[in-house]
Amino acid sequence: MVNPSQDAPAQAKNKKVLIENLEIKYGDTVALTDVNLDIEANEIYGIIGPANSGKTSFLNCINRMDDMRPNMSTTGRVWFNGIDVTNWRNLYSLRRQIGVVFPLPVGLPLTVYNNVALAPQLSGINKKADLDEIVERCLRRAALWDEVKDRLDSLGSLLSGGQQQRLTIARALSQEPDLLMLDEFSIAVDPVTTMRIEDVLKELKKEMTIILVTNLVQQAQRLADRTAFFLNGRMVEMGKTEDLFAGKVQHQETLDYIEGRFG
Amino acid sequence: MFQETQQNIKHKKTERLFRILFLMMVLLLITPVLMILGTLIVKGGPAISLEFLFTNPTNGMTEGGLFPALLGTIWLVVVALLASVPLGIAAALYLSEYAPDNWLTRAINLAIVNLAGVPSIVHALFGVGAFVIFFDFGTSILAASLTLAVMTLPVVIVATRESLQAVPQAFREACWNMGATRWQTIRRVVLPNAISGILTGIILEVSRTAGETAPIMFTGAAFYLPFLPESVFDQTMALALHLFVVATQVPNVPPSMPYGVALVLISIVLLFNAMSITFRMYLRGQKKW
Amino acid sequence: MTGRAVNNTIQTDDSPDLDWYIDRIVQVLMFIGGISAIVLIIGIFIFVTREGISFIFNDLDFAEFFASPRWRPTSEWRATYGILALIVGTASITGLAMMIAIPFSLGSAIFISEFATGKYKEYLKVLVELLAAIPSVVWGFIGLTIMNPLIIQIFNVPVGLNVLNAGLILGLMAAPIITSIAEDALKAVPDGFREAAEAMGATKWQVIYKVVLPAAKNGLLGAVLLGVGRGFGETMAVLMASGHAINLPENIFDSVRALTATIAAELGETAVGSVHYQSLFTIGIFLFLITFMINLTADLVVRGVKKG
Repeated sequence: MVNPSQDAPAQAKNKKVLIENLEIKYGDTVALTDVNLDIEANEIYGIIGPANSGKTSFLNCINRMDDMRPNMSTTGRVWFNGIDVTNWRNLYSLRRQIGVVFPLPVGLPLTVYNNVALAPQLSGINKKADLDEIVERCLRRAALWDEVKDRLDSLGSLLSGGQQQRLTIARALSQEPDLLMLDEFSIAVDPVTTMRIEDVLKELKKEMTIILVTNLVQQAQRLADRTAFFLNGRMVEMGKTEDLFAGKVQHQETLDYIEGRFG
Repeated sequence: MFQETQQNIKHKKTERLFRILFLMMVLLLITPVLMILGTLIVKGGPAISLEFLFTNPTNGMTEGGLFPALLGTIWLVVVALLASVPLGIAAALYLSEYAPDNWLTRAINLAIVNLAGVPSIVHALFGVGAFVIFFDFGTSILAASLTLAVMTLPVVIVATRESLQAVPQAFREACWNMGATRWQTIRRVVLPNAISGILTGIILEVSRTAGETAPIMFTGAAFYLPFLPESVFDQTMALALHLFVVATQVPNVPPSMPYGVALVLISIVLLFNAMSITFRMYLRGQKKW
Repeated sequence: MTGRAVNNTIQTDDSPDLDWYIDRIVQVLMFIGGISAIVLIIGIFIFVTREGISFIFNDLDFAEFFASPRWRPTSEWRATYGILALIVGTASITGLAMMIAIPFSLGSAIFISEFATGKYKEYLKVLVELLAAIPSVVWGFIGLTIMNPLIIQIFNVPVGLNVLNAGLILGLMAAPIITSIAEDALKAVPDGFREAAEAMGATKWQVIYKVVLPAAKNGLLGAVLLGVGRGFGETMAVLMASGHAINLPENIFDSVRALTATIAAELGETAVGSVHYQSLFTIGIFLFLITFMINLTADLVVRGVKKG
C-alpha cells in the first residue's frame, strides 16, 4: 500500500495526473524533455503536435509501459491519483486502471467476445453472466454492438479496420478504466466512424478522465477541455482549448501549428 | 535499334543456357536419390507384410519380423519428446518473449547452433558419460531417450521460436497495455496462435528422432533382445539400429530382409516429415490476422 | 451491474498479487529453459572430457596421437594410439563429399531461388527438405548394398567400400542441407537489389552474378561451412560405406576409416574406464572442438552479413 500523502505535493492529490520535469530517453537520444502539466479528473485533455514530437512516449510513461521497453528510460515524476507511478510495485494493477487505444486498430486474434472479456477475466471476473453483461455493455458503448452481435464468435482480428478500432475501444472500456488514453485513434478510421467515436467520448467523460493524443487539430478543438502542444520533444505550452484556438497563445509556433502553417 | 535487338537475343540465349545448367544441377542431385528410393521400394517391398511388422525376429534374426524394434523406436521417441518438448518450448519462449538483446542471448543462440552441429557420435559419448554412468541410469530407454532429446532439442527450439515470432508484436503490446502480465499475454494470446507451428516442429522432431542411430548405440538400444521393454529402465531394440545390425552384423540374412527394414524406417521418417510439411503449408493458408 | 459510478473508489493498492507472483515464477522457469542450451553444450564438453581426461594426462603422447597413422589400441605387446589415418580418412571423405556437394548445392539453390517460380518452386523445396530427412543409417545401407556393387562393376576395382563410396554418399547427404541454407541466404537478399539491377538493363544472369551472389556471399559461405561440419561429424553412413580400414589412402578407391566411425565401432567392445575406452572419448573431445570451431566460424560469418 502506497501512502498517497507521502511526499506527494499538495496539488497532486487533487489532480488525476500530475507530471513534473518528465524526461524520456531512448538510449542516449532524448525523445521528450521538460514536461510539466496536470490533468483534472473528468476532463478531456488534448495533446496535439506533429509526428515524432514525443506524444506516444508520453502516454507510455503514464501507464509505465517504459518498463517493457529495455531501451527506454525516464526521469522526473508522474503522479496518478496522488501516487507516484515510478515507484508503483505491481505495474499490472496500475495498467488495469488505465485504458489505451492505439493509432492502428489491434483486434486480438481471439473471438470478438473474448477480445472484450479478456480484461475482466484477467482481473478475476469469470461468471458467464457477468461477462456477457460487460461484453454487451462495452460493445454498445463503442457503437459496435449492432454490427457484431450475431458473430461474437468470429475472430476480432478479421473485422474491418473501423470495426477493429471500435473493438479496441470496447476492450479499453471493459477494464472500467479510471483514465482512458487515446493515441491518434482516427488514423485508420473513416470520418463517419470517427464522429461516432467522438460522441462516445463526450459521454464517457462523465465517468472517466480522457487523454486524447491527436494529429487532427480540429478534433482537439471539438473535444478537449484543455490542450497541450508538443513539438520536437518539448511541451511548448498548454492552456484552455478555447483560448488556444482563439489565438491566445504564448508562442507563435503554437498558433502556426493550429492554423496549419506546418504539421 | 537493330543492334540492341541482337543483343537482346544473345542475352535471352545466355539466360536460357544458365537456366538449363542450373536445372541440370538440381536434377543431378535429386535423380540419384529418387532412383535409390525406388530401389529400396522395389527390393524391400516384397518383404513388407503385417507379419513382418508385428512379429519377433527368429532364427538368429534371419527370419521373422521387426516388431520389437518398431515398438522400441516408439518408446524412444515418446520419452525423448517428453523431455525435449517442454524444455525446448521454454527455451524458445525465453528467447522470443523475455530475452534482452545481450551477450547471454547471443551465447544461447550460439549454443543452440552448436547443439545441432555436434556430431551424433559425440552426443552418444555424452549420453554414456552423463546418463549411463554419472546419473547411473544404465543402458536404458531413459538414457538413450535423454541423449536423443539433447540432440534434437534445437529442432523444437527453432520451430517454436519461429512460430512465436510470427505472432505480431502489436498483440503483445495491446495485452500489456490492458494490464496483462507477460505470462498472461503468452498464455492467452501468443501461445494459442503459435501452437500449430510448434506442433509442426514437434512432428519434425519425431522424424529426426526416429532415424538416429549413433546416439542410442551405447546408451540404451540393443542389437537383439528376447523380451519387450516394460519400463524406461529397460534396454530396447530400435529400428535404426536394427537396420545397421541386419545389414552388417548378422550372417546369412536373406537380402530382402534389410531392404524391408530400411523401407519401414524410411517410410516412418518421411511420413512424419511430410506430415510436418503439409501441416505447415496448410497453416500458411489460414489467415488469422 | 451498472456503469461505474462517477465518484468511484480510487485503487491505490500497488502490492503484488497472485498473477504478479505467477509471472515472476514463470519468468524464472523460462530463463532456466533458455540457458539450458548453454548448460547442455558445456555439459557435453564436461562429461565427454571427464571420461577421457585421465588418458590425456597419463597415456597421451601428442606426437604419436596426431602424427602416427597406427591406431592399434588392442595390440597385445604395444598399444598405439595414432589418429593420423583416421583424420586423413575423415578429411578425404569430407573433402570428396564437399567437392560434389558444394557446386551442386549452390547451383540448385540458385535455381530454386532465382529461376523456379510458383508451385514448381514449392515442390522443389519440399523435395529438398525430404531428402535432408533421410536417416544416416539408411544412407550407410545404400552405400553398402547399392553403391558397393556399382563401384566394383563400373571401375573394375576389388572393393567398393572406399573413399569414393563414402564421399558420394556423404555428398548426397550434405547437399540438401547446404541447398536449403544457401537458398535461405539468397532469399534474404532484398528484391529491391534485383529490381534495381534489372531496371538498369542487366540480364538475369548478370543480376545473379553481379548483385545477388555478392550480397549473399556470407550466408553462402556459412551454408558451406555448416555442410562441412555436418560431413565431418557424420557417423553411421561413413562407418558403413568407407570400408572401415585403417589406411592412408592413395586414391579414391582405397578403403579408409573415419574418426566418428572408429568410436561407433569400438566403444561397445571396450571396458568402461580402460585406456582404449578413454582414448575413444579423447577422439570425441577432438571432434567436439573441431565442430565447435566450424560452427562458431559459420555463425560469425553469417552474423557478419546481417550487420553489413
